[in-house]
Amino acid sequence: MTTVQADGFVEPGRGAGLLDVLRRRYLVKLLVRKELRVRYQGSILGLFWSYLKPAVQFVVFYFAIGVFLGLSRNIDDFAVYLFSGIVAINYFSEAFGNATRSIVGNGALVKKIYLPRELFPVASLWVAVVHFFPQVVVLIAGGLLAGWRPSPLQLGAGVLGFLIVTVFSLGLGLLFGAINVVFRDAENFVDLILMVATWISPVLYFWTMVTEAIGTGPLWWLYQANPLTAAVELFHYCFWFPATDESSPVLPNLGWIGLGALLLSCLVLLLGQATFRRLDGQFAQEL
Amino acid sequence: MTDQADVAPDALTSADPNTRIIVDKVTKRFTLRHSRSLKELVVWTVRRRKESLTNQFVALTDVSFRINDGETVALLGLNGSGKSTLLKLISGVMRSDDGRVLVRGNIAGLIEVGAGFHPDLTGRENVYLNGAILGMTEAQIDARFDDIVAFSEIAEFIDTEVKFYSSGMFLRLAFSVAVHTEPDIFLVDEILAVGDEPFQRKCLARIRELKAAGHALVIVSHDLNMVADLCERGILLEGGKVIVDGPVDDAVAEMRSRF
Repeated sequence: MTTVQADGFVEPGRGAGLLDVLRRRYLVKLLVRKELRVRYQGSILGLFWSYLKPAVQFVVFYFAIGVFLGLSRNIDDFAVYLFSGIVAINYFSEAFGNATRSIVGNGALVKKIYLPRELFPVASLWVAVVHFFPQVVVLIAGGLLAGWRPSPLQLGAGVLGFLIVTVFSLGLGLLFGAINVVFRDAENFVDLILMVATWISPVLYFWTMVTEAIGTGPLWWLYQANPLTAAVELFHYCFWFPATDESSPVLPNLGWIGLGALLLSCLVLLLGQATFRRLDGQFAQEL
Repeated sequence: MTDQADVAPDALTSADPNTRIIVDKVTKRFTLRHSRSLKELVVWTVRRRKESLTNQFVALTDVSFRINDGETVALLGLNGSGKSTLLKLISGVMRSDDGRVLVRGNIAGLIEVGAGFHPDLTGRENVYLNGAILGMTEAQIDARFDDIVAFSEIAEFIDTEVKFYSSGMFLRLAFSVAVHTEPDIFLVDEILAVGDEPFQRKCLARIRELKAAGHALVIVSHDLNMVADLCERGILLEGGKVIVDGPVDDAVAEMRSRF
């Protein structure tokens, strides 16, 4: 009974998900450009805001955690250490947060014209990437001042960290973006996750402080299973470690933890895409 | 629930090589759930069966028809008869609960003119954005850009942000983009009431051109004289059911006699 559709007939509204987005790259590009234009419309500082915000955040953390709590005495080049973690978390926060709001935010379009709706979370992710790279440039400049000399392996760790955050935040963004259409609670829940994200990965402290406090039992395994922990540690290994005398302990099995995190992120992406497709048919009537 | 959807697809699609749209035994229900507080959710879960029965609204019931290339079809009916829902099902914005909708080729749905326009972008940027939303490639928009602007007659404002446009200018540009997408299937929802009379005449002429070029057109409108003039076939809906499907004059006459 279930023969392939003859003569090129298709059921409208049933696309190939993220694969359709690949076919409509030009539209993604325009949506990203629109998003950037609109966000900085009528703003004097414009794109400079995307530098200013992490800069202020960095200064606050540097003094509060580094100077007042004294971490800069224990960690070499604490400024570089701190900023490499902040960059990873900021990228995650922006990609995930905006992807979650993207379907509801583009409700007018979703209700009127059929598009592969995955376009909107993907465009949000891309906007986050546009904001991420200038921060990496600043990070590298800071690293070079501190004597950054990375090996190819260490650069590879940075790429792996970037991939993990990209896949993980897109997967979560699809998942919560779809749920947010039906239950607006998702937005607030995501804000909660983002608030916690900075603290449950070793951004503001060193990973050995965690093992000192909770040991290396199941809790530590749970801590390491967080893909953000892997991504932040990979960023440290790429941007901070080669700027120091390389005497600090590297997270054991970092490579495997990184690959495991990428695998887990891919599973989250599959789950996100599956949920998104399941709820996709209801978007127009729920918005 | 699925028993009526189990129709052999090849029997559906093999009939006529010119068929563009197949609507087969389509039923669409809306669940009316206005707020979702935790309390209501608990109540709803506990009394699920009862609530879900009382809160459902059937927008379309067992609707079937086919539309071929070059056909111009008017969907008629009062407000709430299911016309716009039907258009949304054909465009893919919504999905049917029972039955199937099948289409062949690309669709441009003018469900609402200018849905993809952003007030903070210039006319030029909006032409590109909206063109891409309606499925055009960059090269296609480049090639048709001058025609689009010329058709809209607002060339001198094309680099002005759309928020400064009058509503007429906005609709002209939006309509102009839509009619230059050259889709195989063109869905129009109550938009021919836009613009001043000369522009309306121009829009109708353009729609006739699309029709002559063999595109399938589905038009929802309350302007019975206009659709009687433009379309050959009329489908009259009442309460989500097809009452008349035949020559447009019959459908219009039936509509006038009933309401």
